[in-house]
Amino acid sequence: MNKSAFQKGLKDGIPIGLGYFAVSFTFGIMAIQAGLSALQAVLISLTNLTSAGQFAGIGIIAASGSLWEMALTQLVINLRYCLMSFSLSQKLEKGVSNGHRLTVAFGVTDEIFGVSASQEGRISPWYNYGVMCVAIPGWTLGTLAGAVSGNLLPDFMVSALSVAIYGMFLAVIIPPAKKNRAVLGVVIGAMAVSTLFATVPVLNKVSTGFVIIITTVLVAGIAAYFCPIEEKGEAD
Amino acid sequence: MKPNVYIYILVMAGVTYLIRMLPLVLFKKEITSSYVKSFLYYVPYACLAAMTFPAILTATAGGIISGAAGLIVALIAAYREKSLLTVALFACAAVFVVERIMGFLM
Repeated sequence: MNKSAFQKGLKDGIPIGLGYFAVSFTFGIMAIQAGLSALQAVLISLTNLTSAGQFAGIGIIAASGSLWEMALTQLVINLRYCLMSFSLSQKLEKGVSNGHRLTVAFGVTDEIFGVSASQEGRISPWYNYGVMCVAIPGWTLGTLAGAVSGNLLPDFMVSALSVAIYGMFLAVIIPPAKKNRAVLGVVIGAMAVSTLFATVPVLNKVSTGFVIIITTVLVAGIAAYFCPIEEKGEAD
Repeated sequence: MKPNVYIYILVMAGVTYLIRMLPLVLFKKEITSSYVKSFLYYVPYACLAAMTFPAILTATAGGIISGAAGLIVALIAAYREKSLLTVALFACAAVFVVERIMGFLM
């Protein structure tokens, strides 16, 4: 094992783990509200390690959506990890075994990818293991804390916390939208299309998961056609 | 028939892991298609935007008014490039304050 890479990973993982604890706390509360048990909420966090996909997932479970809807929704929402794994695949040290690749894959999240992509040169899988050793407990324990205390918190607190996840999504999409007009167009376009699905008769019968899938594929597909990204710089 | 919750969890976890794992294990080359790269680049923005709006307006107990307050405050904080946690906390605080005022007025 590469001890110094592992220790560097542990250190870089601390802020990620703390942030994850706070986010997954609200996930735990919302999972209980959606009718899941604390054990099920924790199991989802431990096995999925992703925010948007999990929040959409509990919506589908609560609405008794089909398994196809669940699979397709996860595929579309988490498609970005595919891009990150492609990139990480180039970034790992030469000759890293498939065993390491299978393990590193479990911890590909926006934040973990972010810190590993920002390292100089090629990275050891042990760096990712270090970050994962802090981030995964943060995410899982935060979910447990939220699931257990959600029932104890007064209703007005639960109501206020229920917008936390949307606040975080906006914090991810708004800064790039300020700098890049194509991203701004994608954000506004996607909000407009999902509003149509929420309000127009017949369209408002389409379930949550499919609304996300249709909106994402449509808007990202049109944007990619009309505003292909530059080869350098913009894609990271 | 409603599927078992654990089956849902298995599907979620399985699909999510495969998306992360397949490129790392199978594709050790770079993607060359400019269209595919651009599409993948835009996916997170489209997806998170679609999940946020209009859902945020109906997420709170106080309905559209407190939801809209959370949205506006979050937009301002995000525009000023505050951290994820700060934006989230500001949005929660806005909902909390507006729901207290609404409770006071009714």
